[in-house]
Amino acid sequence: MRIAVITFPGSNCDYDLYKAAQRVGEARFVWHRERGLDDFDAVLLPGGFSYGDYLRPGAIARMSPIMEDVTAFARGGGPVLGICNGFQVLCEASLLPGALVRNASLRFESRDVLLRVERADTLFTGDYRDGQVLRIPIAHGDGSYVADDATLDALEAERRVVFRYVDASGEATAAANPNGSLRNIAGIVNERGNVMGMMPHPERATEELLGSTDGSGVFTSLASGVAASAS
Amino acid sequence: MSTYRLEILVKPRRGLLDPAGKAIHHALVALGWDGVEDVRVGKAIYVDVAAESEAAAVELAEAMCRRLLANPVTEDFEVSVAGALEGAQS
Repeated sequence: MRIAVITFPGSNCDYDLYKAAQRVGEARFVWHRERGLDDFDAVLLPGGFSYGDYLRPGAIARMSPIMEDVTAFARGGGPVLGICNGFQVLCEASLLPGALVRNASLRFESRDVLLRVERADTLFTGDYRDGQVLRIPIAHGDGSYVADDATLDALEAERRVVFRYVDASGEATAAANPNGSLRNIAGIVNERGNVMGMMPHPERATEELLGSTDGSGVFTSLASGVAASAS
Repeated sequence: MSTYRLEILVKPRRGLLDPAGKAIHHALVALGWDGVEDVRVGKAIYVDVAAESEAAAVELAEAMCRRLLANPVTEDFEVSVAGALEGAQS
């Protein structure tokens, strides 16, 4: 699997993501001014603070030349995963619905959270079980997922919420919600299921040394998914 | 063509949680302004743009808001002309 890791000025999780991707395939950095993603099987958008979060997180990055190619890649059914700032960029680019706004706490939240896998049948979660609870870190100031009620209801009805913030017993409580996200949403997919965005950082939970390997499943799932669709 | 200075107000949509506004509200009440009922925080963007007329300048700014300056999911915008700058005669 050939994986593109898109880097914008201000990306800072790109190397972590590259390392995680290297474990399941052949990763390469693609600078935001480069063009063309035809050589890749999957595209990853890393976390960070592209363009200093000026105007709104992701608002300027989504105007980058490479985003035209990311959009075409996604529209063609190619797998695209945006993590943290990458999720914000995907929402700004209208590849995913909704928006990410300032944390309800007004603080930058940097800590481990618990996520419940709502769907283990997506391209990005096949190696998990439905209802499995993962420990994965977050690190963001603008991670509160918002959308209008109609959009939220559609996401639920179409089972497009992939991860939710939960407590140790697996319940999506207000106390377990680190940023005020509506309905405790931590990650969603598009209608077609090939574009996923999530605020938590699975790439930071891929080695025992980092305290958790619960995030590895996102990358191994993607690799199996791509292999299955190629055969 | 003249140059117009536009004031663009980008405002958090009503009904959406505005944590910054809430924090400032608490601070104002703590300072004794206990009549304050609500505070919301948006941003003001000033754009100088060359256009044929005031109406054309406003139209340009509205297009900028829809394309980039405001997020249609979370924000509303309002454009007003803050003044005509020196006309660039050609």
